[in-house]
Amino acid sequence: MRLFLLSLLAMFAWAEVPSGLAIRNARVVTVSGAVLPKATVLIRDGLIEAVGADLAVPADAWLIEGEGLTVYPGLVDALSTLGQEVRATGAALVGAPAPPAARGPEDRPRTFSWERIADKLRANDPRVETARSLGFTSAATFPVTGIFAGQGAVMNLGDARPSRLVVQSPAGQYVTLSAGGRGGGGGGGFPSSVMGVISYIRQCYLDLDYYKQANAAYERDPKGRPRPEYDRALEGLAESPRLLMPAVSLVEIDRVIRFVQELKVPAVLYGVHEGYRAVELLKAAGLPVIVSTKWPARAADGDPDQVETTRALETRAKAASTPGLLAQSGVKFAFSSDGQTAAEMLTGVRKAMRMGLSETDALRALTLSPAEIFGVADRMGSIEKGKIANLVVTRGDLLSERPRIEYVIVDGVKYSPPPPPVTPAKVDAAKPVASKETPQ
Amino acid sequence: MKRCSLLFISSVLAAQEATVIQNAMVYTATKPAFVGSVAFTGGKITAVGEKVVVPPGARVIDGTGLHVSPGIIDSHSHIAVAGFGVNEGSVSVSSMVQIRDVLDAEDVAIYRALAGGVTTANILHGSANAIGGNNQLIKMRWGQTAAGLLMEGGTNSIKFALGENPKRQGNVTPQQGGGVARYPATRMGVEDIYRQAFTEARAYQRAIADFKAGKTMMAPRRDLKLEPLVEVLEGKRLVHCHAYRSDEMLMMMRVAEEFGFRLATFQHVQEGYKIAKEMVQHGVAGAGFSDWWSYKMEVVDGIPYNMTIMTKKGVLTGVNSDDAGLMRRLNTEAAKSIRYGGLTEEQALALVTINPAKQMKVDNLIGSIEPGKSADLVIWNKPPLSSYAVAQKVFIDGTLYFDRDKDMSDRGRRAAAKKAIEDQLKLEAPPEQKKGGPPGRQPGSRGPATEEIAQ
Repeated sequence: MRLFLLSLLAMFAWAEVPSGLAIRNARVVTVSGAVLPKATVLIRDGLIEAVGADLAVPADAWLIEGEGLTVYPGLVDALSTLGQEVRATGAALVGAPAPPAARGPEDRPRTFSWERIADKLRANDPRVETARSLGFTSAATFPVTGIFAGQGAVMNLGDARPSRLVVQSPAGQYVTLSAGGRGGGGGGGFPSSVMGVISYIRQCYLDLDYYKQANAAYERDPKGRPRPEYDRALEGLAESPRLLMPAVSLVEIDRVIRFVQELKVPAVLYGVHEGYRAVELLKAAGLPVIVSTKWPARAADGDPDQVETTRALETRAKAASTPGLLAQSGVKFAFSSDGQTAAEMLTGVRKAMRMGLSETDALRALTLSPAEIFGVADRMGSIEKGKIANLVVTRGDLLSERPRIEYVIVDGVKYSPPPPPVTPAKVDAAKPVASKETPQ
Repeated sequence: MKRCSLLFISSVLAAQEATVIQNAMVYTATKPAFVGSVAFTGGKITAVGEKVVVPPGARVIDGTGLHVSPGIIDSHSHIAVAGFGVNEGSVSVSSMVQIRDVLDAEDVAIYRALAGGVTTANILHGSANAIGGNNQLIKMRWGQTAAGLLMEGGTNSIKFALGENPKRQGNVTPQQGGGVARYPATRMGVEDIYRQAFTEARAYQRAIADFKAGKTMMAPRRDLKLEPLVEVLEGKRLVHCHAYRSDEMLMMMRVAEEFGFRLATFQHVQEGYKIAKEMVQHGVAGAGFSDWWSYKMEVVDGIPYNMTIMTKKGVLTGVNSDDAGLMRRLNTEAAKSIRYGGLTEEQALALVTINPAKQMKVDNLIGSIEPGKSADLVIWNKPPLSSYAVAQKVFIDGTLYFDRDKDMSDRGRRAAAKKAIEDQLKLEAPPEQKKGGPPGRQPGSRGPATEEIAQ
């Protein structure tokens, strides 16, 4: 009832109620600039109104005494399926199975490039609240099924209706390079091999060039010209600001770098577990990467007698050193949960920190860097005047083993994660786990 | 990566250094063996003969009692390819795919081939389709990335295939997965595929010509499937055609002649001895196995004398592997044709050196020990055609890429390094396992929210 009243107020009575929030005299880790040991953050209408040492708290603002608290920008999962309908396996439902047996590139096999995940987000993905409780305020969420799986979006992890959560759409085109195999006339349709997938992508970009030319020529002078056929697959590519390309091993990183350079398309590599071997390659290519925190592990049900190669063992031992090495050499990178829970993702980040990634660099890779990668650093990713009020307020270090998160603020809306469950059995299942207050 | 690049830098420097292998038995692959020297610098052979002037400051390798041959060339290999096989087997014409796109520079088969004296290989698309993908000539530059494997100045080629493989329709029954049947189902259908594809390619070629002549307003849409076929029509791309039976090879030559191009090789060419005259007439070479046949019905007429008969009838003949294991001993594969039919030693060695180079139109670059060619050399402990021959050192473009002594002495160090990683991983075993909890979650599973928040 109270929520209902509040939302009524939000709609009809902006001016009459306190619309600000102030966190006074807290330690502020801005990420974009220096750490402010004692500063005040003012929030109004979902935005950061001001940050500074000697700010007066407006009379109409709700006040949080920040003594002993630290304010961080909200964390960002740079590649996830949050907000999507998900199967139990973690695979997104979006991107229906392709029609069977494409005969060639012209059939646009396993292509959903025109689909926008922003159109399909749902409000009640329970993972959103889980992630938010741990300090995540935004995520890049992408459809993940298909060669061209579709357009992702950057969304805030609030609980407003999905259309209000979208920060940026389209945020890029998710590409997979895996193939079904079934060679030798396998009957599975084109393409059945990785080289087939690559040739298909190459043909699509050639087709896109041609499509643009043909349409431009037709627009100039339609009379007497054949009308170019509308191609939704190419329309989807044309509106993709960047490609997200899979590259886990050094061989794949090298291959994909050369491929996207050939395509002349802005690209971001994802996976990158053998990045520790590819630092020079990545630096020379100047491509940003999204490192999966699902570090390679021996399969739980693997053959115990299998002799693993030194390469496989080394990658398992060193994959988590990748972020530290990338940070040292100035390669832009962010982290992705890659199907893990938010807690597992943070465990993965802490492993990278134990293997050489500084806390400052880790924090940047979880905030401003993903915002930069997706072209939204002008509106989020750090604590700066005018940016979206996505914040985490903690007692102690956010990236420590057991962070104490006091508040998570998404689009200016303050959430209080539940305290560590001392007696989890007592939790009332009917009540929401986290409480929310809307200072409006 | 650091080690790789260091290796790369030091080896490039070494390649620039003048080197002379002295007093070895030299098999040039074009003339009888002699005791003498081979000099190379900057990646190229500079001199070869009984007496060779040693340039000042040159590194001298004493070859006394050793044997030097050109690097072995495998004209049919499928190693170093990653990604669901070497076939884009979904379609009967897959000329849009490129082996180059999926090279795996870390396939250990590269190193093993190198240890068998192989310096160059043509990595072919598989034989699932009438018209397969585009092949890639590589050098066995172990330690470099995929781009570093590509052979400079190598020719482009495409794979064709005849016989049982391209007429497979696929796993179409529900039990097999219920795919959609692929055309063709018969050998006649395979022939039809070629006619269809090259008719299409000709139309595409004409459309490009029309645009260039100003007859049309827009160039035709670039078509990655037809571009290589136009190159075949224009003689710019070689055709290596998987073939066993003589009737099919005759068909293939007729179709090629009808469309005005010449095939470069028949691969496997098990019945080549039956049609050597026709092959010479068409100008197609034969590249096959030494003594491997009857592994399926369509190769029951294979004979070990095939290479010898074709050679004697004037076919440009070569022996190749099609297999990562066989690839490591192509020297003895070549030697078998001395046993079967009595080729000379020079003729036998040529089967795996200069002849494949000629078949792939790279004999101006590699294939024999002659001044001006790449310094792709193998130093053997015994004559290269001996079954006791073991490669001791292998140079590619003058760079030492395999050194048996170093390999042997490094084994202990490599084993220790692996042990160290294993020990480190044991120490880092995930805490859940130490506690005896569940051994790792399934990817994507959510787990109970409260437990996560507690962390």
